[in-house]
Amino acid sequence: MTKEELISYLTGNFPEAEVKSGAQYAEMTVKASDLHETAVQLKDTAELSFDYVFCLTGVDYAENMGIIYHIESVEHRHTIVLKVRTADRLNPVIDTVSDVWITAKYHEREAYDLLGIHFNNHTDLRRLFLEDGWGFPLRKDYVDEIRIVER
Amino acid sequence: MSEIREVIIKTDKLATDKYQVNMGPQHPSTHGVLRLLVTLEGEKVLNVQPHSGYIHSGIEKMCEAISYPQIIHLTDRMDYLSAHMNNEAVALCVENALQVEVPDRVKYIRTIMDELARLASHQLWWCVFGMDLGALTTFFYGLRDREHILDIFEETCGARMTVSYSTPGGLMFDIHPNFQKRVKDFIKYFRTKLPEYDKLLSGNVILRERTEGIGHLSYKDAIDFGVTGPSGRASGFSCDVRKHNPYSAYPFVKFNEILDHRCDTLARYEVRILEMYESLNIIEQLIDNIPEGDYAVKMKGVLKLPEGEFYQRVETARGEFGVFIVSDGKKNPYRVKFRSPGFSNLFALNNMTKGHKIADLVAIMSTLDLIIPDIDR
Repeated sequence: MTKEELISYLTGNFPEAEVKSGAQYAEMTVKASDLHETAVQLKDTAELSFDYVFCLTGVDYAENMGIIYHIESVEHRHTIVLKVRTADRLNPVIDTVSDVWITAKYHEREAYDLLGIHFNNHTDLRRLFLEDGWGFPLRKDYVDEIRIVER
Repeated sequence: MSEIREVIIKTDKLATDKYQVNMGPQHPSTHGVLRLLVTLEGEKVLNVQPHSGYIHSGIEKMCEAISYPQIIHLTDRMDYLSAHMNNEAVALCVENALQVEVPDRVKYIRTIMDELARLASHQLWWCVFGMDLGALTTFFYGLRDREHILDIFEETCGARMTVSYSTPGGLMFDIHPNFQKRVKDFIKYFRTKLPEYDKLLSGNVILRERTEGIGHLSYKDAIDFGVTGPSGRASGFSCDVRKHNPYSAYPFVKFNEILDHRCDTLARYEVRILEMYESLNIIEQLIDNIPEGDYAVKMKGVLKLPEGEFYQRVETARGEFGVFIVSDGKKNPYRVKFRSPGFSNLFALNNMTKGHKIADLVAIMSTLDLIIPDIDR
């Protein structure tokens, strides 16, 4: 599907979600409670078959945490940006999609490690790069005690 | 007689006990500081748990405090063998965000440098792959040829590996007057040397015994784990960004995406060898046709990206590299994410090694071509 076709398809089939045309890709924002169900639909619907997550980013917005999934369909070669926000910033919780896309398991571990986002039902949620007890460096209020990063 | 039998039975029991060993972080075949916690039963690998973070340097955090042209210099330090492609990814991302169109000359030179970097990376991969399997000669062959490319890099931009040659708006400097001649000389030279790689290693009985049917990564698993680059293409996953989302001068050249459906270690080996031929073809199509013109567009002193989100994908030597910039309109980014190919490739390792011998783990890991700073960032 082209970007326009994809946008009209998504608008028709995901009435709960907010679909818009980004600068590069079609963008879809869903509610945190709908995330897992949407992920399953995106992967399993034959017309969409989004099966390849090539990027998963956690972002610390001032009032909450955002998670941004870049997903491509290998069969149809169309791309979507799926966005979701957590309700809380200090204790952000979101459903995992690692049972839908395996690669998300490791990207979610990275987001947990660097931003402290907790993923529900994740089978192996441990720190990935940093040791236990370290803060969450990609949060905007992270205090860098040994001043590695000059501000 | 019965006593000896008893001893043998006891020893057998010992050998089948499960145990865990640490492979790394200082193991020579991890090519960097990566620790693998390997669960073994005798020599059989049951489980591989990668533990990374030994050279996590917080590059994404550092990027939030510096300006866009400065980010270029950090990207060199991630995947240092694909330094130029990483530079280019950031440069393209910033150019797209600012809607700057670079001259064709820049596109051509960037693409030539991309392919030279890919060749240099594959050469180094080939020589360490041989070495991991115990064939030391390949190491000298590979480094001998790679030296020619590094010399070209040095003459072009002063650095041999961390080139920082692409910058938002174009290139740091114009190419050296000798550039075209040296590249052409190198292609002529390497076309005679590349068949030697095949002669020396590809047909070798030991290599084929150790790679054929080893480390199976199915087409579905390649997509599920997001294994890209030559490793993904050896499983039939058509993931070449140069083909599917062409950038720079790739729309102007004809080349084949090398696909293999055998999914094993040998397939990953052969895909990389064939990619070296393709890289030579791409450079040959471009090197005589570099258009005249400026080597950079005049950019503002301080680059401020408009508010929004920008993504750029490029193909590095080990797979799909992505730069994701969230901008809030200031001179430094709000959030930068680097999608590194090695990160996704590494976590497919457990799936590929199950049931194989520990010596195969070395061979399988070598064909994934991991660069640890690329994983840890």
